[in-house]
Amino acid sequence: MDLFDKFDALIAQKSSLPFEKADPFKVVMDKVLSETVAIIEGRETILAGTNNYMGMTFNEEAIAAAKEALDNYGTGTTGSRVLNGTYSGHKGLEKTIADFYGMDHCMVFSTGYQANLGMISTLGGVDDYVIIDADSHASIYDGCAMGNATIVRFKHNDIESMEKRLKRLPAEAGKLVVVESLYSMLGDAAPLKELLETAKKYGCTTLVDEAHSMGFCGEKGRGLCEELGVEHLADFIVGTFSKSVGTVGGYCVSNHPKFDVLRLVCRPYMFTASLPPSVVASATASIKALERSGNRRAHLWENARRLHAGLKAAGFTLATETASSPIIAVCLPDPLIATKFWEKLLLNGVYVNMALPPATPAGYNLMRVSVCAQHTTEQIDEITRRFIATAEELGLNVKAA
Amino acid sequence: MANAQTLDRIFELVAPFNKKGIELQADTTFATDLDLDSLTVMDLVAEIEDAFDIILPLNLLPELETIEQVAAAVDRIVADND
Ligand SMILES: Cc1ncc(COP(=O)(O)O)c(C=O)c1O
Repeated sequence: MDLFDKFDALIAQKSSLPFEKADPFKVVMDKVLSETVAIIEGRETILAGTNNYMGMTFNEEAIAAAKEALDNYGTGTTGSRVLNGTYSGHKGLEKTIADFYGMDHCMVFSTGYQANLGMISTLGGVDDYVIIDADSHASIYDGCAMGNATIVRFKHNDIESMEKRLKRLPAEAGKLVVVESLYSMLGDAAPLKELLETAKKYGCTTLVDEAHSMGFCGEKGRGLCEELGVEHLADFIVGTFSKSVGTVGGYCVSNHPKFDVLRLVCRPYMFTASLPPSVVASATASIKALERSGNRRAHLWENARRLHAGLKAAGFTLATETASSPIIAVCLPDPLIATKFWEKLLLNGVYVNMALPPATPAGYNLMRVSVCAQHTTEQIDEITRRFIATAEELGLNVKAA
Repeated sequence: MANAQTLDRIFELVAPFNKKGIELQADTTFATDLDLDSLTVMDLVAEIEDAFDIILPLNLLPELETIEQVAAAVDRIVADND
């Protein structure tokens, strides 16, 4: 028995996709010219699928801080946070994030994936319940699978579906509700106020994953909880450095008085090496810069609205009615057309994410665009033009409104 | 064995998801016989939960392959709740 036999169906499915000149799982960026342009196979390509929302990957202060940390602290910590892997930079970064949120505690993880994995698996004990949205990110599902709690799932962004289920749970049991603020595939926003208020009505502890909203939602860029004025209803906020912050890593902030004990029980925090000093330094500089990036935030939202309006006017079907986030998802009729569209668009010099079922909700076949604050207005219009040209080359029937 | 009434109710709830129009039996499987994908399974689980006013935890789902197994699990959960 070959252990790989179980993947045969997947291998067959993947090889049935009609890629000729490019493969979405094998894109290589040979040169990265800026936050928004890279060289792929010799072609200058506009990056419109990198989650680099605030364009912080080339932030001067972040780069300078990283270089200094490299010189002073070396390339890596070679150790866990609970052994030799905590440098002054790690403590400084945790303080920077806690201050940014105005919260008492912060724990930095090596990725956002591990932050969710660790928080959910550790908080949800064997007698507890973890209540999640059906469209949750893989890191949330995996945190559930790793822990021992009973997992309850409600319909995506459906307050009534959540409340019905909360009503059925024992009143005295420990309950953790986990929701995201902006969902990464369609860019749809959660009705956070209603969800969190309902969770609180049933005595639940709450965790909000702000991976796709930190940096540009809210006046200070803390996320959708800030924007909606519901930070007091979130007991834990999880975030990542891999999107708006422009590097790698994850964090959780909280006011819980016993929060620090997690450092001794949270396995995805303890049993892996801590972030390298250069990453810690650039994350610290980047978050400080994000806090005062009001103009950049405004430009990002302008870009998102402009692209949404342009594609809508051209007749494309979009996953959200309005630009509710910098994620603009274009819906195509079937996986075959999506495959061809993605490939042609890349050859036309625009990189976006292709997302197909089962990775997408409701069976959507998506060209997922993530807009960057450093995209110029000209680049946004160019992306729209190349979408239109690609549709024409494929003879796709999109009707201008 | 699941309660006959429970089994009948589950047959009713599964019927709208029986797109292939096969004959539903106690040992009909969701993945193979009914060819349900994970999104559809989710909708079906929600229907069953609401019909019996219970929670079918996500942790249980991998063990529930047939209609009979779901009915038996529903009976157990209903009994536990009383
Ligand atoms: C909602 C959500 N949570 C968590 C993560 C994990 O973030 P990271 O890239 O830091 O592991 C992601 C990103 O993939 C995400 O989309």
